[in-house]
Amino acid sequence: MNQAFERALSSGPAPAAPGGWSAAVTLAWRAMLKIKHVPFQLFDVTVFPIMMTLMFTYLFGGALAGSTGAYLQYLLPGIVVQTMVFLTVYTGVGINTDIDKGLFDRFRSLPIWQPAPIVGALLGDLARYALAALVVLTVGFILGFRPEGGIVGVVLAVALMLVFASAMSWPWIIVGMLVRSPESVMTTSFLFLFPLTFVSNIFVNPDTMPGWMQTVVSVNPVSHLASASRGLMHGNVDAGDVIWVLLASLVVTAVFAPLAMRMYYRER
Amino acid sequence: MTLAIETIDLRKTFAKTHAVDGISLQVARGAVYGLLGPNGAGKTTTIRMLATLLRPDGGKALVFGQDVVAKAAQVRNRISLTGQFASVDEDLTGMENLVLIARLLGFSWRDARQRATTLLEAFDLAGAAVRQVRHFSGGMRRRLDIAASLVRAADLLFLDEPTTGLDPRSRNQVWDIVRAIAGQGTTVLLTTQYLEEADRLADRLGVIDHGRLIAEGTSRELKQSLGGRTLHVRLADPSRAEEARSLLQAALGGVHAGHEPGLLLAKVNDDERVPAALSALAGSGLAFTEFALAQPSLDEVFFALTGRSAEAKGEEEAA
Repeated sequence: MNQAFERALSSGPAPAAPGGWSAAVTLAWRAMLKIKHVPFQLFDVTVFPIMMTLMFTYLFGGALAGSTGAYLQYLLPGIVVQTMVFLTVYTGVGINTDIDKGLFDRFRSLPIWQPAPIVGALLGDLARYALAALVVLTVGFILGFRPEGGIVGVVLAVALMLVFASAMSWPWIIVGMLVRSPESVMTTSFLFLFPLTFVSNIFVNPDTMPGWMQTVVSVNPVSHLASASRGLMHGNVDAGDVIWVLLASLVVTAVFAPLAMRMYYRER
Repeated sequence: MTLAIETIDLRKTFAKTHAVDGISLQVARGAVYGLLGPNGAGKTTTIRMLATLLRPDGGKALVFGQDVVAKAAQVRNRISLTGQFASVDEDLTGMENLVLIARLLGFSWRDARQRATTLLEAFDLAGAAVRQVRHFSGGMRRRLDIAASLVRAADLLFLDEPTTGLDPRSRNQVWDIVRAIAGQGTTVLLTTQYLEEADRLADRLGVIDHGRLIAEGTSRELKQSLGGRTLHVRLADPSRAEEARSLLQAALGGVHAGHEPGLLLAKVNDDERVPAALSALAGSGLAFTEFALAQPSLDEVFFALTGRSAEAKGEEEAA
């Protein structure tokens, strides 16, 4: 073989292994690169909520809230919530792809903090969630969404959504490790996420729903997240909703995160 | 000196399949060891246990004297794994993939980029540095994959079926790379379904079938275990085959007809008797168009050991 090859093989002393945090940040950087190289993935998941916003606002907005403008103020925070909740599936899809392609084996055979691939994926996904929220909010603003809570309210609402979304990612990480293909992760998710986001107060005030459905809507954490986000963005938040969301996130994380890590260490 | 790899009665069972069923293996430092066997023989499972990815159900596995379960972190410090499928990120560029691994190994951003550049040049991938891996050819992808395993000089490199699915040219490139790596003193454990590959690269071979090591030794030893070599003689005049056959039978013994008319195969236990046998043919006016003294191929070895052809078995299971 040539000289360049010989030189490349004698690499000199290897640096000390990085800390766990550094490894996770590197893997989050990888997730950022994916957004850069495959922006369509982001576009893909924001087009649907934008379409919903347009349809609901201009088709039903007048009938539901008296005017399309008034309805948009009600709807948009919930749409951002829906966007983010749907995006959590991609965490599972990503994990599934990495396992399938053998990348997880490679990462796990490196002398790094072993949970780094999962934590890194999650960190990277948080950035992706925030970016998607920004896209939907920008479109909303162009359409006439005017949050009375100002930029601080919007930032706080997005932060609360990120907390909930990171909790929601854990069950998808588990699904990602269980099923065979990325497509099955998506299919499984739709069965679950459509009812979760539609049987909520994202689109309409639940006052006109039958009693049993009102009950379902009122215990759906997505309803509380939508109410809390609306409240934060418009400056009239109910602390109860925020606490509800934080508690739900805590419970989901406490149940699914240890389970996911157990499965991650369990061999495939 | 401690061995690079030592396994003692290593076992792994999935559901009811004994994927690895009591393998005891010793690989010396600096050696290239080839694990040969059909699909599903237990090669990958063995490698995954040695690379700390799977926990053995029974027995023991030591890498440089350290237990792969109890001292997994220390073992990971010495090894590098190139899995069965080119495990690189298809969405990222060649450069980014290598920088990613270098960063994970603790290189600074600057050093990581420098190391990646060096490797890309060495592996003839400099032109593809900024291209996404999804647009790479199979050979390029494999080279990048091996380069990723060499970001840090490892003492032991696992290569799981490094050339499966590659065209002959890429296969030759990978062979050159493996030889160069071994030339640096790195111990290499490679698995393969290709007998030719094992024959060309490995100092020692282990033949695995149904999770067991059924034969072990150098390629030469394995072939000799079949009992010597074979003399192939092709007669100019096939009609005189019977006559030639009795002459060879008298000189060497163990003659049988080849699969073509005029081709005779004789088992040779003592090479020194070959010239006399050939002169006997010539002396009787039996001209031959060619002759060869051949070692049995590894395929014949595998066939003798298992009663099946290795490569045919592989396809059958893959189907």
